[in-house]
This record gives sequence, C-alpha cells and structure tokens, in this order.
Amino acid sequence: MFKILKYSFFDLTRSRWLYIYGAFYFLLTISLLWLGGGLSKAIISLMNIILVLVPLIATMFGVMYYYNSREFAELLLAQPIRRNHIFFGQYLGVACSLAISLLLGVGVPFVLYGIFSSTEIWNFSVLLLVGLFLSFIFSAIAFFIALRNENRIKGFGLAILVWLFFAVIYDGLFLLALSLFSDYPLESFAIGASLFNPIDLSRILILLKLDISALMGYTGAVIQNFMGTLLGMACSLGVLLLWVVLPALGIRWVAARKDF
Amino acid sequence: MIAIENLQKSFGKQKVLKGINLEFKRPGITAILGPNGSGKTTLIKSILGMALPDKGCIRFQGEDISGSWAYRRQIDYLPQIARFPENLAVKELLRMIQDLRGGQPDAERLIGLFALQPYLDSRLAALSGGTRQKVNIVLAMMYDSPVLILDEPTSGLDPVAMLHLKELLRQEKEKGKHILITTHIMSFVEEMADEVVFLLEGRIHFQGGLQELKEKYDATSLERAIARILREGELGFSSNGHGEKAAKLVLKAL
Amino acid sequence: MRKTIILSALLLATLAIRAATVTVCPGCECNTIGQAITTANAGDEILIKSGLYQEGNILIDKALRLKGEGWPVIDGENETEIFTVIASGVAIEGLVVRNVGTSYLEDRAGIRMRRVKDFTIRNNRLENTFFGIYLEHCTDGLVTDNIIEGEAVHEMSSGNAIHLWYCKRMLVENNQVRGHRDGIYFEFVDDSRVRYNISEDNLRYGLHFMFSNDDDYFQNAFRRNGAGVAVMFSRNIDMWENHFEFNWGRASYGLLLKEIYDAEIRNNVFLENTIGIYVEGSTRIRYQYNEFNHNGWAIKMSGGCLDNEVNANNFLHNTFDLSLNSAPNNNSFDGNYWTDYNGYDLGRDGIGDVPYHPVKLFNYIVNRTPEAMVLLRSLFVDLLNFSEKVSPVLTPANVADNAPSMQKLNFQKIN
Repeated sequence: MFKILKYSFFDLTRSRWLYIYGAFYFLLTISLLWLGGGLSKAIISLMNIILVLVPLIATMFGVMYYYNSREFAELLLAQPIRRNHIFFGQYLGVACSLAISLLLGVGVPFVLYGIFSSTEIWNFSVLLLVGLFLSFIFSAIAFFIALRNENRIKGFGLAILVWLFFAVIYDGLFLLALSLFSDYPLESFAIGASLFNPIDLSRILILLKLDISALMGYTGAVIQNFMGTLLGMACSLGVLLLWVVLPALGIRWVAARKDF
Repeated sequence: MIAIENLQKSFGKQKVLKGINLEFKRPGITAILGPNGSGKTTLIKSILGMALPDKGCIRFQGEDISGSWAYRRQIDYLPQIARFPENLAVKELLRMIQDLRGGQPDAERLIGLFALQPYLDSRLAALSGGTRQKVNIVLAMMYDSPVLILDEPTSGLDPVAMLHLKELLRQEKEKGKHILITTHIMSFVEEMADEVVFLLEGRIHFQGGLQELKEKYDATSLERAIARILREGELGFSSNGHGEKAAKLVLKAL
Repeated sequence: MRKTIILSALLLATLAIRAATVTVCPGCECNTIGQAITTANAGDEILIKSGLYQEGNILIDKALRLKGEGWPVIDGENETEIFTVIASGVAIEGLVVRNVGTSYLEDRAGIRMRRVKDFTIRNNRLENTFFGIYLEHCTDGLVTDNIIEGEAVHEMSSGNAIHLWYCKRMLVENNQVRGHRDGIYFEFVDDSRVRYNISEDNLRYGLHFMFSNDDDYFQNAFRRNGAGVAVMFSRNIDMWENHFEFNWGRASYGLLLKEIYDAEIRNNVFLENTIGIYVEGSTRIRYQYNEFNHNGWAIKMSGGCLDNEVNANNFLHNTFDLSLNSAPNNNSFDGNYWTDYNGYDLGRDGIGDVPYHPVKLFNYIVNRTPEAMVLLRSLFVDLLNFSEKVSPVLTPANVADNAPSMQKLNFQKIN
C-alpha cells in the first residue's frame, strides 16, 4: 500500500494543479498576514476560506484523480497486489499531497511571520489540523463517489452536490429546523446536528478556540462545556476521524465488489 | 493449471458469460476467439480477478481465486488497451512495476528486441500507439511466470515487431508455459495456436485443437470453420436473430 | 526663670497654632494607631512608621492627617472594618490596609468616610478589603493614586473597590482597582469626575453609575471585567477617551447604557468586547469619534432607543456592527467608517455612494433564535447575508449609514 501511496504521491507532485493549489494558499496567507493586519485576523479570514475551499478542492481533486488514474489502477489490478491497497494507496496519495500543499502553503508564511512565538499558536494549530482533516475527509468521500460511478460526468456532478450539501444546503436545513422549533430547547440538537457535518464541526472547533463562544450566549456555553473541554475536543476530533474512516470503509466496500 | 466451472457474469441486465466451463491443463498456446462482445475480455478479467463472477468458480492450481491476490504472481498479463499513468516516463513505469511486483524481471532483452531504448525517458503520453503497445508487451513479458495472458497483443504492431512477438511466444511456449491469447488475426492463430476456444454470446461453442476444429466443421481454413460455427449459431439462436448478426459481424471482421 | 516661662509660653502657643506630629511605630511608646488618634488633636499629623499593626475598627473623629512611612501594614485580620472616618478634613496616605473580613450583614470597608467633606485618600494600597474605600454622604473629596486589590470570587460575597453613595463633587483619579464586584461604584453621586483610573478583572462592572447625574469619566481603562462600565438611570454623563477592552464573556459588554438620557460618548476605544455598547431604553445619546475594534457586536440596541446619534465612528472588524431590535428607528448612523462596507465612491469625495446597512440578516435571525449562532461564519450564512444585502426583506431598510466613509476616520484628540 505504501508503495502505491508513494507512486500516487509522486505522480501528483508532477501535477501542476497541486502547485497552483499550494501557491494559492501561500500567496493568500502572505497577503492576509502582511496586508490584512495580524495573526488573529488572518486566522479568521483563512478559516472562512479553508472551510469552503479545502472540501471543494479535495472533492474535485479526489474525483479527478480517480478518473485520471483508472489506467494506473487497472495496470495494478492485474498485478499481485491487494485491491484494497491499490485504492487506499491512491486515496492516501491524493489526501497526503493535498494536505502537504495546505500545510506548506499556509504553514510557511505563518512560521515566517513568527507563529511559534505567538499566543495564537493554538488557534493556528486547530485551524491547520481542521484543514488537514477536511482534506482527508472530502477526498475520501470523493474517491468513494468516483468508485461507485464509472460515468465521469455523473461522478463529478454527484461529488459537487455532496460538497454543496455539506457546505451550504445542510446549514440551510439546519437553520430552518432551528427556526421552526425555536420554542424548544435546541442546544443538544445544535451540537448533534453539527457533528453530522464535518464542515460545521470544524468551524465550531475553530470558533471555540477563537473564543467566539462568548457570542453564542447560552448555546455557546453549552457547546463550550461540551467541546471546549479536553474530553470534548478529543470527542470532536474522534468524530472527525470517524468522518475519515467511514468513507474509507466505503471505498473498501465498493472496491471489493467492483468489476474492472 | 486453470479450471473454470460454470462461470456466469452479467453487467446490469446484459448477461456476458452464461456458464463457462473450461480447463487449461496442458501447456501451450490457447487462442480464445469470438466476435466482439462474446465475453473474451470478461473471461480473461475474471481469471485475473478484475471482474468478479456472479456464479461459478475459478481455480488456479486447484485453489479458488476469489478474494486472493497472491496467485497473480504466477500470471503475466497484457491488457487490451495499453493505458498507463500518463505522467510517467517509460523507464519509471518499468521500475515502478518491478518495485511493486518484486522479483527479477528481464526487461533489457525485451527493450532491445523492440528497439525501445530511445523512448526510455519519454513520457508515456508522448508515445505513439504502436510504441505504447511495445512497452505494454515488455511490461507483460519481462517476468517469467508460468501463465501468460495476452489480450489482443498484435494490435498496432508493425510487421517487424509482430515477428519478434511471435518468436518470443514460441520461446515461452518452449519453456512449457500456459499462454492464453485473444486476437482477431486468424493467420496469427493458425500459425501459433495449439488449441482454440470459441466463445459466442457468453457460451463456449468449441474447444479443441486447430486441426480438430477444421475437421469438425469440414473446412479448409480456420476462417471457414468459424463461419460455419457462426452459421450454426444462427440456427441455434434463430429465434432471436443474434446468431445472424454475430455471424455477419465476424465475417466482416474476418 | 522668666526667660524660661516666656519661652515655654511661646512654644505652647506655636504648638497650638502649628500641627503637632504623633509618631507611631511598633517599638515606640505609642505603638497603636488607635492610641495615637486618642492622643492627637485636630489638625495633627500621625506619622505611622513601617511595621505591622493588627488593628481594626479605628475611628477617626477629628481632622487628622494619617501618613504612612515605608508602607506600614494595618491588618484587620479578617474580622473588622479598619478605618471609619466621621470627621471632615481627614487625609489618609501611604498606608497598606489589609484583610477586612467578608460580612453578609454589613458592608465593612478598608476606609469608610461617613458624612464628611474635604478629605483626601491618597497613595494607599488596599488588599483583600471587602469594600475598599466606602464613601457615604460625602462631598468635596479626593480619592487618588490608590491601588485596591481584592480576591473576589462570587458577586454575592464581594464588595466594591471604591464605593460612593449619596456624594457630591468627588474626584476619583489615577487609581488601580481590581478583583472586586464593581471597580468603582456610584449611586446617587452628582457633579463628580472619574479619570485616569485602571479598573480590571472585576466580577461585575469596572465602573458603575446608578441614579447619578452630571458626572463625567475620561481617560480610564476598563479591562476584562464582567462588563466594562454600566451607566444606569442617570442623566448627563460624559464619557470620553476611555478604553473598554477584553470584556469578553457570555453577558459581557464594554459599556452598558440603561435608561439614561443626554450622554456624550466620544473618542473611546472599544476593543474585543462581546458587546461594545449595549444600549437599553436610552435617549439623546451622542456617539462620536469612537473606535469599535474586533467586538462581537459593536453596538446592540434594544427596547426603545430614541434620538441616538452614531456619527463619525470607526467600526473595525466586528462580528456584527449593529443589532437593533426595536422597530421604530429615528436614530442616525451616518458618517461612520465600516470595514464591512464595500460600496464605491465615484464622486471621489471620500463618502460612499451607496448606503451601508449595518444590521445583517443573520443578526436578525440570531436575535430570534440564539442557537443559530452555531452557524456563524458558515458559507450559507454568508450567502444569506449577501442576498439580503442585495434585496432587503427582513432587515430594517431605514437603519442605514447614508454617508459611509470610504477611509478609516482619523480622530483628532479632544482635550
């Protein structure tokens, strides 16, 4: 599996898109840090961008890479290699290269700016951690979708829809539910509902670190009590991990049953 | 070596293999023939574990292959359409397969044979169809495995390369390997094959020696024998007209 | 002999005119402050030398000047009030006053002034005094350069650092107060002034006005309090050049205005407060030249706020610039700079050509359904705000800055 990962990774490092992706973050972070005014502000602005863009790019990249590397996969399928390993290797290759682009693109400017000697280091770490998780989650979802759909158009369409669902539609329904049932205590619902969307969960994790929980009044207090503690943090990260594992199991399940 | 029992496979509503029973016992070259869509590639992919049977089972050296992968170490496979990761150079591709598969392949000799040295550093995307097929052949045949499966090995090859391929296959046969080939080139079959398997609409219509085939259908050449099989098929399937269609297709192809 | 008598008479006479000094020290003949007060006459100075004095309930009933030298410590041992002053013209300075016991029955204090005038409390350190300085029915007093530190944990069981009740013409300046219920508390205090103080880490308010009129406070800093400053049921309070910072928590604000009339709020800085200014039922308030930076809400108005003029302020990077939940609005929001404004200025006069609407749709939603705050900064909410901005449906259209500045405003200091 690691060999496949290695080859997928090196294959991707030749892809221009990955560099564009990394360079985009690099320039964006630099301009936010040096032109936008300060670490805290840059972290908030980056959060908005990372929460939207990382899932989108990971989804698109995952689907694209799967379809583009079908030949590679077919070549490998005839070799004495486990099926799982082929697809996990490819998936991890995509996820790792996206993660590294993000890590370097965002990380290097922050290090140059002096994040290590700043109190914002934890906020930044959470932001980065969440970005990495989102890369892994959404490329896994993308791989799962692409594996299930041989038709590229359908695969791309479905993947965009899934991204749109988690990035926008879910929150719309969430808000609708909140306003429909505003007479009832909704704190537990709010926490529960955010667990089911990795983007929401990530956003709340960062917001808690940025202490915007104070803005949320009673809800914020409940969420702070749940996720703000070490246990809650571990819990949330666990759920994020589950969001990686579930689509990964999906990949395994589909791969085991698919004809090539 | 390979035994196939009641292999059935459908893609969606379309039944591609309708109960195949086959056994490759003796070493030598077996040609798998049949019109387009008769299930040749699916059969091969089933043997390789790429397509998963709906029913039936495939044994490789007596072991059921479902869920296992290590047996593929004993198979060299040449896919029908040479598709590679486009970003890689030829050399890297060879190295990669060697790295993934391990063992001691002998690529040098084949590279020399097909005069691929000038292309070793080119990216696969930049190669012509024929050159890609040569790379494909090198990849498939650089290992010395007891089973060799070639899906349309002749496509896109120039006459010189074709000669080299035939020579190569003769050598491999001498070593006592099992070689399965699908092809549309009947002269290639007549020249090379020891045994013929004829597939039609997902069933086996004939399995036996070349001579046997000609005798059975009272034909002077392989082509005529196949035309007869198809006509027979037409009679057999006259209710749905598929036989006729298939016959026409094959005759056109021939 | 005659000479001696004359000399003695002269001496006595001068002593009677000039203040005498009574020295207190642990090893001296006079080793308690209580004893010194009994000995001293009105107008005398009591010089308290460095050392520990375990005394409480010290009653000052004549015009004395208590002066510490080398920070003498007066320790009430958590049992009693320490100084109670009932005579006018008293000065207390240079003392460390420590350990007044918490009491739920009486408001014990480190230094209490009762019905007196013309006094000075200068340069003292009060530590763990339940109430620090407690002034009742006083006039013309000065409280300056004191450091008052408490260890308050619960609002119910803690006192205020500087507590004024029914006072007039008081000046509270240059003090540092922290760790109490309220830093500085004014109830029924008129014509008084609070300046140059630092009030931080108090449980409730940094500075608290109740029923007080015609006061002003300026150039103070209020940090990390439950809420920075609360001004309630008062008139004519001027507030300028103060810093309201880091008052961050679930019910925190930089400045709370409740039922007040005719106030001026100018040149203040509101930095990182949950709510910069929370206004409830207040009328005729002018907000000018203030900077609102990184607050949750810069200004939140509720319940009948009329004739508020919010002009020429900088609104920088606040999560919400304005929340307004009273429907009729005759308040003005013109001429401010808003970082969220992205209109254009074709006339190049520095004023945006399209109005800015500081109330966002999401804000409106959050007012109705507070739990919706979990969706803060989500893409959906951004889209919602955007569409509302393009065509307002729910947000009040008349709450707008009709002359938004294109550039951050540069305030000239008004001194």
